Amino acid sequence: MNDRQLFESYQRGLKREKKIILVWQLTILISFFALWEAASRFYWIDPLLFSSPSRVFQLIISRFANGTIFTHIQITLFETIIGFIIGTIGGILIATMLWSSARFAKVMDPYLVVFNAMPKVALGPILIVALGPGYLSIIAMGFIISVIVTTLVVFSAFNEVDPNYEKVLRSFGATRWQCFREAIFPAAMPAMISTLKVNVGLSWVGVIVGEYLVSKQGLGYLIIYGFQVFDFTLVMASLVIIAILAAIMYKLVEKLEKWLIKNRNI
Amino acid sequence: MSFLTLDHVSHHYFSKNNYTKALNNISMSVKEGEFIALLGPSGCGKSTLLSIMAGIIRHTEGKVLLQGDEVGESELDIGYMLQQDYLFPWKTIIDNVLLGPKINRNITEELKERAIKLLREVGLNNVTLKYPNELSGGMRQRVALVRTLINDPKILLLDEPFSALDYQTKLNLEDLVSDLLKTYHKTAILVTHDIGEAIAMSDRIFMMNTNPGSIAKIYDVPLELRNEIPFLSRRHPKYQILFDKIWNELEAKESEKKAVKIPNE
Ligand SMILES: Nc1ncnc2c1ncn2[C@@H]1O[C@H](COP(=O)(O)OP(=O)(O)OP(=O)(O)O)[C@@H](O)[C@H]1O
Ligand SMILES: [Mg+2]
Repeated sequence: MNDRQLFESYQRGLKREKKIILVWQLTILISFFALWEAASRFYWIDPLLFSSPSRVFQLIISRFANGTIFTHIQITLFETIIGFIIGTIGGILIATMLWSSARFAKVMDPYLVVFNAMPKVALGPILIVALGPGYLSIIAMGFIISVIVTTLVVFSAFNEVDPNYEKVLRSFGATRWQCFREAIFPAAMPAMISTLKVNVGLSWVGVIVGEYLVSKQGLGYLIIYGFQVFDFTLVMASLVIIAILAAIMYKLVEKLEKWLIKNRNI
Repeated sequence: MSFLTLDHVSHHYFSKNNYTKALNNISMSVKEGEFIALLGPSGCGKSTLLSIMAGIIRHTEGKVLLQGDEVGESELDIGYMLQQDYLFPWKTIIDNVLLGPKINRNITEELKERAIKLLREVGLNNVTLKYPNELSGGMRQRVALVRTLINDPKILLLDEPFSALDYQTKLNLEDLVSDLLKTYHKTAILVTHDIGEAIAMSDRIFMMNTNPGSIAKIYDVPLELRNEIPFLSRRHPKYQILFDKIWNELEAKESEKKAVKIPNE
């Protein structure tokens, strides 16, 4: 075989592997739903509690058809995205502030530790009292749950940047702020990007819990409502929609990640 | 007039429970256009001394004057090349080279052309848009050198710039640097622990002691060697004489140290 053929056979191998993996993934998905359907039909599980895929999908389709699901999706998505964005940006800003003054960072240290260790959802009632039972407290939940982790991760990434990059810049007479822009921030970029993915998940947690607590709309509300009126098909349908939306958001963040890594030097 | 003056400079590194005296009472005076080599064992404070000269760390005692001004306040452009290349991995080669001008907000088309010309002078063509990780160690070292030279600094502080290179690349770069410095009439301080490199490149050699770092001895390099390019001066008979002299004194110092140590052990 010549080089070209070797390479082609390597490529064929890659494609085959990809196909095998896809087949397995589909097998798991289909058998999960098939098993669920069967279990529900043959009363291995209580269909009242666990519903069944056919009913869940029927419900989803009818809700999409009459449009009643869209406001709920819109609201939850809006809250999650806003919570995610301000949580991430807020965390990076706080980390920047901590970096800019070593004394401030030391003063804040115990508070950050306590706040980080604290289960943030426990603050829910206080947020509702403070911000009112509406979007604001739900967004605040999405924010609060991701902001501290982001702060800590990004701040430690700032501190781990090799000080010699700063030395190079200082030898050119750079100010501290210029050092931040040219060395610290871009060098910590991978860490910041990796918090994005974590934060997507966290914002969903915050927003859904927030909706459990107060809202009259949104996917979290549908789950709680379904639970209260014993409509578990509705609960399952909402879960499926959340899973799909969260996965899409995750994938988008992954795309953003790739783009950011490529365009690190702006 | 002295270009760079160190007047009884000492430096301490402090930590919570301890301190290290890295430099003790160093005085020296460097003339404009002079090439100084700092020679000494690992840990004797060579990098510390260079950082102090660059104004990057503040000495704890004494005075450092650049053309009569305190080093921190001097407006003079200093070219400082660290022990490793420290190219910014997320910047292209050209952006790395133009870092100094960017900091000083004076990137011009002219400077860009100068950067490309300098890169070509050190034997790097068509690398401007590459990233540092696409270059070999020697190439990166040369880019770092160009980054140091682009601001046209009046004084160059070079911290073992050739230590990570293979012998041949090292010899070539020595010639190149020496030639560039002579052409542009720069003052330079070169840190090295290679005796041969110190002799081949510099006008004066400062030998340092460890613990705490201080200047043990100063050697004047014979004029014949100063005027040769490093590669040829390594073959000059006087090179070997000075080399042996420094070597023997280092040996003597080593055995002195041992002689002092043994009774304690
Ligand atoms: N940031 C620092 N904090 C505390 N001590 C330091 C620091 N930097 C250097 N030292 C100490 O100061 C002394 C001199 O260090 P320096 O790096 O200047 O040595 P050097 O001569 O450049 O050594 P080498 O040839 O290995 O590069 C050493 O004892 C070192 O342990
Ligand atoms: Mg050193």
